[in-house]
Amino acid sequence: MKFPYTDIVLEHFRHPRNVGKIENPDGKATEGSPACGDMVSVYIKVDPKTNTIADVKFESYGCASNIATGSIITELAKGKTLDEAKNITWKEASEALGGLPKIKAHCSVLAVEGLRSAIQNYEERHGLVKEKKPTTVEVVRQRLRKVINPLTGLNVVRTNLVQDIKVKDGTVRVLVDLPRDHQFAHTIKDEILEKIEPLWDVKEVVVEFTE
Amino acid sequence: MTGEKMAGKLIYLDNASATRLDERVLEAMRPYLFDTYAVATSEFGYSQGIEARETLDEAREALANALGAAPEEFIFTSGSTESSNIALKGVALALSKKKGKHIIVSKIEDFPVLHSAQALEKQGFQVTYLDVDGEGFVDIDRLRDSITNETILVSIQHANQEIGTIQDIEAVGGICREKEVLFHTDATHTFTRVPLDMKKIAVDLVTVSAHTIHGPKGTGGLCIRQGTQIAKWVDGGFQEFNLRAGLENIAGAVGFAKAVGLVTPKETKRLQEMRDHLIDRMLAEIPHSTLNGHRRKRLPHNANITFHFVEGESMTLHLDMRGFAVSTGSACFSRSLEASHVITGIGGDHERAHGSIRFTLGRYNTMEDVDAVVRALAEIVEELRNISPLGKNEEKEEA
Repeated sequence: MKFPYTDIVLEHFRHPRNVGKIENPDGKATEGSPACGDMVSVYIKVDPKTNTIADVKFESYGCASNIATGSIITELAKGKTLDEAKNITWKEASEALGGLPKIKAHCSVLAVEGLRSAIQNYEERHGLVKEKKPTTVEVVRQRLRKVINPLTGLNVVRTNLVQDIKVKDGTVRVLVDLPRDHQFAHTIKDEILEKIEPLWDVKEVVVEFTE
Repeated sequence: MTGEKMAGKLIYLDNASATRLDERVLEAMRPYLFDTYAVATSEFGYSQGIEARETLDEAREALANALGAAPEEFIFTSGSTESSNIALKGVALALSKKKGKHIIVSKIEDFPVLHSAQALEKQGFQVTYLDVDGEGFVDIDRLRDSITNETILVSIQHANQEIGTIQDIEAVGGICREKEVLFHTDATHTFTRVPLDMKKIAVDLVTVSAHTIHGPKGTGGLCIRQGTQIAKWVDGGFQEFNLRAGLENIAGAVGFAKAVGLVTPKETKRLQEMRDHLIDRMLAEIPHSTLNGHRRKRLPHNANITFHFVEGESMTLHLDMRGFAVSTGSACFSRSLEASHVITGIGGDHERAHGSIRFTLGRYNTMEDVDAVVRALAEIVEELRNISPLGKNEEKEEA
């Protein structure tokens, strides 16, 4: 039989670990992508003495790579300090699964972001977050590193798809080096909006294409 | 190997995408691959070429008959993609200077029609993409209102490739005839299964294909009513009444004709019974499931159901591991990462496409297959809903 995934991915897909909710979690987050439609929720319990993740669970409304990444990320995070867990990357999760198809990066990155957001949620609730920073070109660029170019499986900043970023009076303009009728133009635009619009001081996001 | 993939047979429920070749079709084709393999020559050619020509003519006659047309109205192509390309682009080439540059298609056409229309749009044609209602039907009054003096072609499919909705092509043809506009219909999924008689229906161009009826892949046809203005755009030799150049695929044509002859009303009735059984059981036994398309005015072998709170690729992979082949409208399953334009076209949101599964039945399916896929999917949906943050858990929270 031919499956599009590695045996480890299939194993986690069939028997996902740490599935479900945590009652009264210390931190929780839901990440979703309008482009793919997938959603993942992550719940954490933190041991305040050691600042480590005592328990972590996830739920997925998503495809196989979304479910498998949710499963592996909970295994990788358990017992780690918050800082260590925050730094788990999509690449590490993907490697632990024996590799994921590039085109699936944007469905599977959600679980990685979900974990980070759940930790952030914990830190916000416990007054551990520094002051609100104003949005700059660099802040936007950092956020756009989470938007994956489905053609390469790499983020749009690294693959130079983002040609220009302008921030002025609460309006963020992003110029994408693609024709507007490119097969992934919509997907990429939706994901950019999703990443930038929630920034506290951003009023409008304009995504433009080079052709 | 992780999957406890059952050693048993594959239960193939994706017959709208491709079908298993019928052995009798292969037997009919075999002589034209090994014995009479010459090019079809004119009546003044050599014996084997003349024999090939006569065989091709017989196949053509059978195909034309099945559509209520004359043999000289039917041309063979490499499949429905090419047929629809020839129909749209051939009419556009023939009429753009004489009459106008406006074309009307429905929003939920299959890609050969939709993307041909888009390609023409880039060349300066105007295209109206007609909306459909919640079950996929084109609004006949809106069609009438969309036709202008510039309109050269209306292309509305006979039935939809995903949700199976059968359009009222008799009404569409009536309007086109009245307004003197050419009418093309993509009958890839209805041919031989849903009646289409060109003597009774005012349709000018009909796309058909062998791959949906257990015939060979790479063989299709376009039926072109006598007198229809259409330009040749596959250039080369003078084959197919000088409308489509290229070496004739004699074996393919013979196989196509044989495949048509093997479809019977009895078989179609059997497919419909299996379809109804599948829809009834799925909707009754799997909670939060919705049928896409019309309950009765749909292809006899098509069922398309959304299972809410779960995602399509997850379901198809689980089914695959248990030996079932189906397809889904989920974005995660597609090469373009876009949700089905058909499900979004009938007003479904992303979520409805996300959890949609299409089951299409064929000659080699049995009622046992249907029962097996219902059982398997009931378990899979329950498992995936246990993982999902939506649905079951949500209800618990609300309770």
